[in-house]
Amino acid sequence: MMNALRQIFGIVWILLGLAAGYFLVFEQSLKLFEKGGMDNIVPAIIYTFILAPLLTGGMCVFGVYALQNEYKSID
Amino acid sequence: MNSKLSSEQVDKKKLRKVIAASSVGTLIEWYDFYIFGSLSVVIATKFFPSDNPTAAFLSTLATFAAGFVVRPFGALFFGRLGDLIGRKYTFMVTLLIMGFSTFTIGLIPGYETIGFLAPLLVLILRLLQGLALGGEYGGAATYVAEHSEPGKRGYRTAWIQTTASLGLFISLLVILATKKSMSAEAFANFGWRIPFLISIVMVGISYFIRKNMDESPMFEKAKQEGKIVANPLKESFGKKLNFKFVLLALFGATMGQGVVWYTGQFYALSFLQKVANIEFEQSNYIIAASLAGGTGFFIFFGWLSDKIGRKAVMLTGMLLAICTYRPIYQAMYEAADVSLKTEVAGSKVINTDYAMIPNSVDLKKTVKTELSYTDGSKLTLEQSSLTTMFPGRNPKKPEIKRIVHVGSSSFWFLILLVFIQVLYVTMVYGPIAAFLVEMFPTAIRYTSMSLPYHIGNGIFGGLLPAVATYLAAKASTANEVAVAAGQAIPYDKPYLEGLWYPIIIGGVCFVIGLLYVNGKDKEIND
Repeated sequence: MMNALRQIFGIVWILLGLAAGYFLVFEQSLKLFEKGGMDNIVPAIIYTFILAPLLTGGMCVFGVYALQNEYKSID
Repeated sequence: MNSKLSSEQVDKKKLRKVIAASSVGTLIEWYDFYIFGSLSVVIATKFFPSDNPTAAFLSTLATFAAGFVVRPFGALFFGRLGDLIGRKYTFMVTLLIMGFSTFTIGLIPGYETIGFLAPLLVLILRLLQGLALGGEYGGAATYVAEHSEPGKRGYRTAWIQTTASLGLFISLLVILATKKSMSAEAFANFGWRIPFLISIVMVGISYFIRKNMDESPMFEKAKQEGKIVANPLKESFGKKLNFKFVLLALFGATMGQGVVWYTGQFYALSFLQKVANIEFEQSNYIIAASLAGGTGFFIFFGWLSDKIGRKAVMLTGMLLAICTYRPIYQAMYEAADVSLKTEVAGSKVINTDYAMIPNSVDLKKTVKTELSYTDGSKLTLEQSSLTTMFPGRNPKKPEIKRIVHVGSSSFWFLILLVFIQVLYVTMVYGPIAAFLVEMFPTAIRYTSMSLPYHIGNGIFGGLLPAVATYLAAKASTANEVAVAAGQAIPYDKPYLEGLWYPIIIGGVCFVIGLLYVNGKDKEIND
């Protein structure tokens, strides 16, 4: 039961990772780049090149591992 | 040496020395890291003049890069070294780098003296600070855990966990004491350098204590048995067997711990000063008193995690935090809200000053209004406006500064509210060193535990002030637009909107932790 739940939630983590990446790049960074100025560009670079890849990549890989039942053996 | 360390085998006196040497060094590193942040306003005026775009850019880089980018790189670089050449030598190097950087920042002449070189040097030294911090924590936590006996690892490593809050506490005390000991002018001229310069003494003492310590017994054993891996980075992050636990540590523990840590200490201070408008000294005393009262609980919850498990303690803290942040911050707001207090009749005092602005034809008018309340609170409203003598030029918009000095009962109530948040911090942070250490084998422990810790704290936690301030400002702007358009305001309490960041990140982390993290303690002998 618990392992099935862990697997199903894998899809949630993948979708969450993709949503976070979309939000950071399209809703935040692009607007900050448009505004211009160093105060906006530095956070935009950090969101686009550090936070978004980390969240999207990390969450998606975590989700895939969960779907593959990689976390079943830890109990 | 037998790797199974039983309670009888562990030399208690030696263990106490191990904990003391590791904790004092880590405490000093946190102190060094925080004084830069606490003195950022003074540093900005000395090194990063806002009218110079290049200096302003370097300032932004120093703020973001040291906390977010460089710390995880330090974790990778020094973590790898620690798994290859040993824990002890690596965290000696990080201590020396941190000490050198901090001391040197205190010596650099200002922008007015050496120009562009000043902000550039400060940026380089700040990055070195971030690198050193990235390598220090994992080394100290691993070193203490690998010396500890089974069943007491949470309690022993909890001493390392006190150092971050104590470092912040001591940095606030040193800055307040330095400020008190001299005039405001003297502090602005040279006094701000003192907290940086005295760091070298503390680092020197810690270096000599650490120098005489032995290498971790588990690392020595792994070395003798030829179990040291040639490429800890590849082993940690290139193999699914280990990498899945790195991801679990990040998303199921350190991500939530990072936001709870930053909310309970840094966001609380920022909220007191910028939203509740409580004066600088009083808000720092509130944080310092809460930290002083809460620090012992790191040890308690570390000890408790040995008894009932790391997962139960950490997730309880996280759940309590995400459920109670909004009512706590609402209560903080109301404690400083003078519109809810009774004004003392006839207490209103108004003073008006006029001053010519040097080298200009502008006149500055300051109207200072002071109001007293029955609970002992005081409100000072400073309205400054510039009037230009040039005909045809519009006068500038007046600036209004609100400063609240809360009365005794509100002061203690605010300490209680921040103390509750510090308690949450101690619950999630107290057991985490033991939790991370137990996730990975000796050969890659330093590397594997350092990275999720610094991403969780540096990136998810470090971004909290910027994201939370942005969310609150966005809500306030939406309200202003609605009022201007004659519509109903969309946000009832815009000042609480920033809390959605720690609540959502903490909530996701709680669910992942609940579903995937193992509730049982693990043996760390490979």
